Amino acid sequence: MPLQPVKFYQTGTFTVGNRLLAPEERSVQANMQRTNSLNSGHRACQGCGEALGARYAIDAAMNASNRQLIAANATGCLEVFSTPYPETSWQIPWIHSLFGNTAAVATGIAAAIKIKKQKGQGGDVRVVAQGGDGGTTDIGFGCLSGMFERNDDVLYICYDNGGYMNTGVQRSSATPAAARTATTMPLGPEPGNPFGQGKFVPAIAMAHEIPYVATATVADLRDLEHKITKAMGMRGARYIHILVPCPLGWGTASQDTIHLARLAKETGIFPVFGAEYGELKTALAIRRQLPVEDYLRPQKRFAHLFGKSPAVATIARIQALADKNIRKYGLLDREGSR
Amino acid sequence: MDKPFAITLNPGSSLANHTGSWRTSRPVYVDRLPPCNAACPAGENIQGWLFHAESGDYEKAWRVLVENNPMPAIMGRVCYHPCETGCNRQHLDDAVGINSVERFLGDEAIKRGWKFDKPGRSSGKRVLVVGAGPSGLSAAYHLARLGHAVEIHEAGPLAGGMMRFGIPKYRLPREVLDAEVGRILELGVVLRLDTKVDNIAESMKAGKFDAAFLAVGAHIGKRAYIPAGDATKIIDAVSVLRSMEGEEKPLLGRRVVIYGGGNTAIDVARTAKRLGASESIIVYRRTREKMPAHDFEVEEALQEGVMMKWLSTIKQAGEGNITIEKMVLDDKGFPQSTGEFETLEADSVVLALGQDVDLSLLEGVPGLEINDGVVQVGDNMMTGSDGIFAGGDMVPSERTVTVGVGHGKKASYHIDAWLRGETYVAPPKAEIAGFERLNTWYYSEAPHTMRPMLNIIRRQSTFDEVLGGLDETNAQFEARRCLSCGNCFECDNCYGVCPDNAVIKLGPGKRFEFNYDYCKGCGMCVAECPCGAIKTVEEEI
Repeated sequence: MPLQPVKFYQTGTFTVGNRLLAPEERSVQANMQRTNSLNSGHRACQGCGEALGARYAIDAAMNASNRQLIAANATGCLEVFSTPYPETSWQIPWIHSLFGNTAAVATGIAAAIKIKKQKGQGGDVRVVAQGGDGGTTDIGFGCLSGMFERNDDVLYICYDNGGYMNTGVQRSSATPAAARTATTMPLGPEPGNPFGQGKFVPAIAMAHEIPYVATATVADLRDLEHKITKAMGMRGARYIHILVPCPLGWGTASQDTIHLARLAKETGIFPVFGAEYGELKTALAIRRQLPVEDYLRPQKRFAHLFGKSPAVATIARIQALADKNIRKYGLLDREGSR
Repeated sequence: MDKPFAITLNPGSSLANHTGSWRTSRPVYVDRLPPCNAACPAGENIQGWLFHAESGDYEKAWRVLVENNPMPAIMGRVCYHPCETGCNRQHLDDAVGINSVERFLGDEAIKRGWKFDKPGRSSGKRVLVVGAGPSGLSAAYHLARLGHAVEIHEAGPLAGGMMRFGIPKYRLPREVLDAEVGRILELGVVLRLDTKVDNIAESMKAGKFDAAFLAVGAHIGKRAYIPAGDATKIIDAVSVLRSMEGEEKPLLGRRVVIYGGGNTAIDVARTAKRLGASESIIVYRRTREKMPAHDFEVEEALQEGVMMKWLSTIKQAGEGNITIEKMVLDDKGFPQSTGEFETLEADSVVLALGQDVDLSLLEGVPGLEINDGVVQVGDNMMTGSDGIFAGGDMVPSERTVTVGVGHGKKASYHIDAWLRGETYVAPPKAEIAGFERLNTWYYSEAPHTMRPMLNIIRRQSTFDEVLGGLDETNAQFEARRCLSCGNCFECDNCYGVCPDNAVIKLGPGKRFEFNYDYCKGCGMCVAECPCGAIKTVEEEI
């Protein structure tokens, strides 16, 4: 195993908290006074990665903005499970309009705040827009790209679970290759979601050369909080894409949500990196590299790859995608990490 | 009520929705038994004291340690640390150097002059402890802490038993031994030296003792018949090691042969080397793998130039030489003669063939059962005679200092209960926190800290301590390598990973609580707990 000096505790920064750290070095989630932006009683499934990711992200954003934050939310699981009329789980100012216009709503809020500030009304309130991969990569993509190119002062957070989960697991443009969904059934010569389709929005965001683009997963809290905090310290359009496993849509056990996010990162299938003004700056290095099979096998959406005769060629194609990420983002290069 | 257009209800909080009703199984916090604790013959709460050492509170760590074992500085030197053999960390990189941290704490306590807490209320009962070895001292300590008046009768001129008269100085410096014995006596324990108990019943009667704990050890060297001329010097290992503590060092000559394969044989061979022997040869009838001596001791002896003759028995001892016969192991692993002989030059032969117990003090005691030369005791450490308990090397056991210390503790709990007319029932043992219970992703990679070794020249010529200790920085590092198996160390993982905020953080030192009103039973906290301190329990539906 590679050596890592134990600075303060046997767990380093891998755990959420660390009783031996100075309070200012501890994570937001370890704090007894964290906002709990997304409160108990929400109707997300057991082990929901998105509910977890949203609390991680918004609590960190609240912490970084001195609790002066407004969130605009796209339609999707997050909106549906958190706000069944007349209840809300949100403990922050929060607005939902339509499926596809979240980035535009956030732009409008940011503009209003700017004018109010010019008129000497209200303080420095920050704006976050958030949605799932459907509301971000498909339906809200036009508004999102517009927000990017105008460099509006909004942090857009996408919680990517790879499909339209609350409507019955349909394919989105973020659904991974070979995955089974209700609309990409495991039938025919190339079962599941076709290879060569879909898009990786973090790369598209980078192409807009906005101030900050980053990816994260719910498996590495300290990295996620660091990126949110960094983004909140900047102005202009920022984009953070968080991988949030979905027990329902992926066909995984509810307790394995974090484990799967970790496997996605450790196999290289989901690259975790940070970029500024279109340039790749940091990559979270793989700690213990694993073959993609370890990530695919526990998921029922890939079960058709592991039947009586395993789809070796398909698995190899997925491995090739992971290998490409590792090369492209330098995921095995320990120098470049955090 | 005045509401906006199309709004009929007031805004509410999702807290109204008790998602706990979805649950089919619930997480429950548990304390499992760490394998180190389970393996410790002295019953130390190792994970418990490492926890405090991790945060640098060495005094608190020491106080938790001495609840079970009053001699950490000695343990940190002479214990064969079965805890490290059990340590889960060995499956990651190397076991935690528990023994070295224990020694650091023990040395720190001596340096800083930490004292034991004063005993509680006096019970008015008197207990006689026979023998001031590890077992007797341990019993005296625990009995004194339980409020009993304790008197130790020791036949020898100094306290320590085999720790003084069996273990060489290069493994246990005597000032360390004296410091830890002295601290036990400060509890009010009376130590009578040069007081051999010839008849236990009479001694108890004379001193008005209510109970007795016998721990006289095993210090009569076993003999083997070796045809020998008058000029041959044949002595037993126990005598050699004992005389090392006197004014006159034993005269072993330049070529010393030690007969036997246990730790005592190694101790004598290394001692002979330090006394100036040019050749120190161990003759053992079986192979190195079969040697009862611990491997690291064999290794250290070889480094110091001790030679080994495996598969050999001594047939005859002449003037200045001995005849040995080569052996082979049969299918069952027993040595068999080959008829091949060899002559070795030897000025003296030391027999290290094990030790017997001097049982003369027990003559005439009714109800005692003695088998294979050792006293039989029940689960409560009591002999067949009411009120007479026994432990250490004189009862059936693995003869180590740590086992002796453990016997002393166990016996004192039973003596205490017996004195009150009660029966001591040990608290039920928690389930062991095996490696499969851990989520080791969360632990940083950190290799074992090596202890410094004395250089080889000084190891061959002086009785200076061979194995060095850790200093504060690396002792703390070593303590922080502990995985805290089965016991919450407040890493906040459960508090963080719950998608439903159903974990309540109670604050430093107070751990956590589940809010079952909202816990959906997803099991993420169980899966992501690094140390296996949460278990899943099925709900009754």
